[in-house]
Amino acid sequence: MTRVQRQVILSKLGVFRELGILAALVVLIAVTALSNSRFLSAQSVKDLLLGSTVLALLAVGQTIVVITRNVDLSVGSVLGLSAFATATLLSGDSGLPVPVVAVVGVLIGAVCGLVNGTLIAAARVPALVVTLGTMYVFRGIDYTWATGKQINAADMPTGFLKLGTATVLGVPVLTMFAVVVLVIAAYYLASYRGGRELYAIGSEPDAARLSGIPVGKRVTAAFVASGALAGLAGVLHSARFGTVDANAGLGLELNVVAAVVVGGVAIFGGSGSVYGAALGAVLLTTIGSALPVLGINPFWQRAAVGALIIAAISLDRALVVRLSKALRARRNRG
Amino acid sequence: MSTALLGLDGVSKSYGAVAALRDVRLELRAGEAHALVGENGAGKSTLVKILAGVHQPDTGVLTFDGKPLVLGNPADARAAGIAVIYQEPTLFPDLTVAENIFMGRQPRRSLGRIDHAAVRARTRDLFDRLGVALDPDRPARGLSIADQQLVEIAKALSFDARVLVMDEPTAALSGVEVERLFGVARSLRDSGAAVLFISHRFDEIFALCQTITVLRDGQWVSTDAAADLTVDRVVRRMVGREVSSLFPKQDTKVRDVRLDVRGLSLAGWFQDVSFTVRGGEIVALAGLVGAGRSEVVRAIFGIDRYDAGEVHVDGRRLRAGDTDAAIAAGLALVPEDRRQQGLVMELSVERNQTLPRRWKLSTAGLLTGKAERAAARTWSERLQVKTSSLRAPVSTLSGGNQQKVVLAKWLATEPGVLIVDEPTRGIDVGTKAEVHRLLSALAADGVAVLMVSSELPEVLGMADRVLVMHEGRLTADIPRASADEESVMQAATGVGR
Repeated sequence: MTRVQRQVILSKLGVFRELGILAALVVLIAVTALSNSRFLSAQSVKDLLLGSTVLALLAVGQTIVVITRNVDLSVGSVLGLSAFATATLLSGDSGLPVPVVAVVGVLIGAVCGLVNGTLIAAARVPALVVTLGTMYVFRGIDYTWATGKQINAADMPTGFLKLGTATVLGVPVLTMFAVVVLVIAAYYLASYRGGRELYAIGSEPDAARLSGIPVGKRVTAAFVASGALAGLAGVLHSARFGTVDANAGLGLELNVVAAVVVGGVAIFGGSGSVYGAALGAVLLTTIGSALPVLGINPFWQRAAVGALIIAAISLDRALVVRLSKALRARRNRG
Repeated sequence: MSTALLGLDGVSKSYGAVAALRDVRLELRAGEAHALVGENGAGKSTLVKILAGVHQPDTGVLTFDGKPLVLGNPADARAAGIAVIYQEPTLFPDLTVAENIFMGRQPRRSLGRIDHAAVRARTRDLFDRLGVALDPDRPARGLSIADQQLVEIAKALSFDARVLVMDEPTAALSGVEVERLFGVARSLRDSGAAVLFISHRFDEIFALCQTITVLRDGQWVSTDAAADLTVDRVVRRMVGREVSSLFPKQDTKVRDVRLDVRGLSLAGWFQDVSFTVRGGEIVALAGLVGAGRSEVVRAIFGIDRYDAGEVHVDGRRLRAGDTDAAIAAGLALVPEDRRQQGLVMELSVERNQTLPRRWKLSTAGLLTGKAERAAARTWSERLQVKTSSLRAPVSTLSGGNQQKVVLAKWLATEPGVLIVDEPTRGIDVGTKAEVHRLLSALAADGVAVLMVSSELPEVLGMADRVLVMHEGRLTADIPRASADEESVMQAATGVGR
């Protein structure tokens, strides 16, 4: 192999990782469709995409945080808070237009993210602890506010609910929102200084500090982004289901972390892409709907997701070890 | 001679109670390479961190081009044109070499987007100037230390630094690479930059620098033109203090060999290290930071593996990488970093002291508080550990008393061979003397003591023999009678080899 070829392969390694998930997804869909042709019906595909949308959005936000060597466990609660706020505003007689309410939902998420980020960056408390705490705090606020109430689809404006089911050429509008967000996030992370600095921080925090990167500011911004996306996900959640209570998004945070890890984002930061994480979200959602179609016991569904996470992490470790061995063996010097 | 480009005046910096720098002055001139020398702990690295904006001085001022300069963080230092090459490279392993060089300063095109092609092209230009054949697109992961250092140099070069600070950059470089680095430093210097060069290698200092400043114990000692100095004079100024009678090693009867190390090697860390320590003897292992001393004692104790060689204790060969066997054979290691490696800070004094003997002190697998307390009390009294209670967490004790707890912990195992790594670092003078008296008493009881120390007075005062390491090799074995500052420093810096 010539040096150039090898370089190309090395630089494409990340892409390979994403192609791997895509391949797994294709195989899973093909096998399921062969056993039950209705799995690929327009309605079924639409459900699958809608089901993936919220998880994928959260996975994009989580990726932004994880590449900085942090984690955001509060996203499920933030989603719940934003979903309930959105539904409350729309069901009442405030008369606020839908876009304004959507912005409010996003802002609620951003504020939650700011709380997380400030505690982590300024008080120097590990993200795992802070977001575990705020996960309960945000959910508690949600419960206190809802006081057991449920907001029903009947109370919501029809325009908003239609948004939840509308499709263009068979693709749900909500999914298109998520794809736009995904592309913007990917482009920012790849092509802006602020984005690259997030990778630098996760790759080696001390070196980032010595390079003059404003680590605290960047990490806070990452949490604000993650919170805002969870807020947006909350808006989409209430548009999709119409019926919202204080339990919306309960326990979702672990699915999100799972999607991110399966999607090839290094849990210790520094590498991975939002595309991979979004694919991970689609794969997990597809497993969730394919396995019942294949007649597999629900217990095994969970076990399959677990096995996938462990396999993904092991694969990533193995790739890193092999990569550094290969890089060390040939020092690439002329 | 031109005027000062970057000046420090009256700069002091303390970490807690320890003064790292006291009233230090330094003037770096444009077009001049300035060497900063001093023993370990003289304050060189603190000075570098102040220039890099990592730490802020407690007192004193910095001036740049005659104007006051405040460096609140590393970004300020960069903005002022100060480039720092650290002893340990600071790269991002997951990012490409080119990204590493331009992180935070990437060339941009429209809408603030990074111009990836320009990043790559400018990296290639830099590597061409440096004569380096590294691929800009490869990740930094897996680069050798020397290559990492070259990336750091390219980074410094990329922002047309007006001040280049190099903190022992050559430790990992080969001759050719050092020449290349010096080529870059010279061309920067000749184009009007000021260079600050920190090194223990005198041949390099005299080859590159016009001015030499000596620091000792955090204080400025002298600044002279290199042409007016000799290696001997610089070394004398670096150590230049009286060896006080603080270090009372009693004369003891030297007995049989208890620790016998033969041809110990670990690729990249130390090569072919052989020595013996007899009962009743205190042998010091001297050398500069990074010479491989701690690595050798860690390997002897079985914490790290080694590639070749043998370790014998009391005539029996120790299995490599087996600390349990080492402890059973009568070896004890008091590590260099007591907070990280020697103590469990949250646990009580008595729990810490009895940790290595928890099996011996237990009855039917259960630790009884009574046995622990009795054992802990005996040793705390012998070592005069000052604590409010044996149940107090170790973290509440002073540094000196913490060190005594670590010593008590290992002395209670009644070792035949005691290895102490920097036994008195960061503790006050009084406790220091107590620790020294204790080591001396242990030797008198027939224990073989191997003491790693970077403090020359301690080495010279305590040791029956001084072993000196330089870059992973033993370079000298000096008996007490002929050991003095100069002979040890010369062996430690590799002068006269």
